[in-house]
Amino acid sequence: MNATTKLAASAAIPLRFPALPIGALAGTSFKHEHLSAIVAEGAQRGFFEVHAENYMGAGGPPHRALEAIRRDHPISLHGVCMSIGGERPLDRAHLARFKHLVERYEPALVSEHLAWSTHETTYFNDLLPLPYTEATLRRVCDHIDQVQEAIRRPMLLENPSTYVAFRESTMSETDFIRAVARRTGCGLLLDVNNVFVSAINHGFPALDYLSDFPLANVDEIHLAGHAEQSDDEGEPLLIDSHDGPVADAVWKLYEIVVSRCGPVPTLVEWDSNIPDWPVLKAEAAAAQAILDRCHILGEGRHAAA
Amino acid sequence: MLPLEPHLRCSYAAAFVAALIDPDGGTPAVVTGPRGKAAIKRYNVYRNNVTVSLIDAVAAIYPAVQRITGVEFFRAMARFHIRATPPTSPLLFEYGRDFPAFIEQYEYARSMPWLADTARVERAWLDAYHAADVDPLSAATLGSFPPEQLTDLVFVVHPATRVVRSRFSVVTIFAANRGEAPVDRIDASVPEDALITRPDLDVVVRHLPPGGAVFLTSLMAGRSLGEAAALALDASPAFDIASHIAGMIEAGAFTAATLEKQDGH
Repeated sequence: MNATTKLAASAAIPLRFPALPIGALAGTSFKHEHLSAIVAEGAQRGFFEVHAENYMGAGGPPHRALEAIRRDHPISLHGVCMSIGGERPLDRAHLARFKHLVERYEPALVSEHLAWSTHETTYFNDLLPLPYTEATLRRVCDHIDQVQEAIRRPMLLENPSTYVAFRESTMSETDFIRAVARRTGCGLLLDVNNVFVSAINHGFPALDYLSDFPLANVDEIHLAGHAEQSDDEGEPLLIDSHDGPVADAVWKLYEIVVSRCGPVPTLVEWDSNIPDWPVLKAEAAAAQAILDRCHILGEGRHAAA
Repeated sequence: MLPLEPHLRCSYAAAFVAALIDPDGGTPAVVTGPRGKAAIKRYNVYRNNVTVSLIDAVAAIYPAVQRITGVEFFRAMARFHIRATPPTSPLLFEYGRDFPAFIEQYEYARSMPWLADTARVERAWLDAYHAADVDPLSAATLGSFPPEQLTDLVFVVHPATRVVRSRFSVVTIFAANRGEAPVDRIDASVPEDALITRPDLDVVVRHLPPGGAVFLTSLMAGRSLGEAAALALDASPAFDIASHIAGMIEAGAFTAATLEKQDGH
């Protein structure tokens, strides 16, 4: 039996991974087409984020790739379809799979979305929006409590990008998110691109959103590219497409966020039209430079909190 | 399942999904643009995300089918399929199990009767890709049994192993269309059976010789080696047991052999 087949049969005795710190690091989405380039570079400063659902198969190349990455780097486990913002009880089988991944790969960060994707028996494969009301707040908090009980650690909740609003909403998104963090003790994943996209789409100043956002609870930041379409009135409608470089305006917002809440682990997401590894790596390096500058200036974590 | 709380019976989710994959549905009244702006194009972003991402998911599972039909044909066919049978699991690599049967019924695909079986091989390929990692049965382990007891052996199937039988040249068609290389003309009318395995990292699709599919599916159903060989010989008089045992070991189709006979056979 050689080393690889030993790995293959490792389900019974999980690999032991090092507890690698993630503070003040920039990272990227992990895409399998980049695996050989990443492995060839060896251990590098940075981290990788994976979509949990892609590793919920029993075995095979996905797990082999994630093991190879996890050996040398901290990872962030990012769930995409828990339906925390859904009306129905969480899918227990899905929650069990999620918990198993947390135990197996010991991620430095675990996150999910303020959104939903399953209703009744149909999975819609998109991050769908929810109204912000007392009723949905209770429901979201219940769901987060369930997740945190299952994984026995706090999760981070990501602010969404949205294209519509609900007539029945009675509170702002930032008030909603602040209340969720207070009631559940969860951390927050601040997606700065989502803030920018929603600000344009709903016609509010992004800086106002950031002023209202509980930055002290932010334990991870997301950056990504977006695309531009237009709404029914012919005005810009931004699409959270993750298919290109981070926009200049989003970089500027990011610098403001980091200056206020200190150097928080920052991930550059890129999920379609995926570029060669050096291009994605350079985006992360740009984020790292901003984090490092903030560090040098002595702006400690949560300075503005 | 817990009953819905009364205040949620008037469901935002039910209202929101009503027209998500229905091309004729209107924008739900529960949503709006900011400051009274319209929400038609805004809601359409979600409709587009759902439909396109699910079609992309089907295309990712069935690349050879897409290559055969062309992208436009494939996406139209997949669009009908996702509307008829949207996913029920958030794990999209589990999606599309009904797609081969859908292809069989799809009016515009009737001129390509081999297409559904090609899809079955692709679906089996993805199952093998994600199957649990288990070391396959080695020739040495098999050789450790006394020769006179070989016919009583029953086998434990590897989690990745699949057999797809076809009236068409499905292995040749699959192999020719999974890559980028130009495809020569293929005589589709030669029946071919496929064995799909993943003994380690790589999924392998083999063309089974005559009798092989009966032999392997009998073993997979818990029949003994002797019974499976007899059934294969019935089905195919030229069946040669020695070469088929060597082939199944090389393919990594099984993980273990035992002399304990399973109940019910």
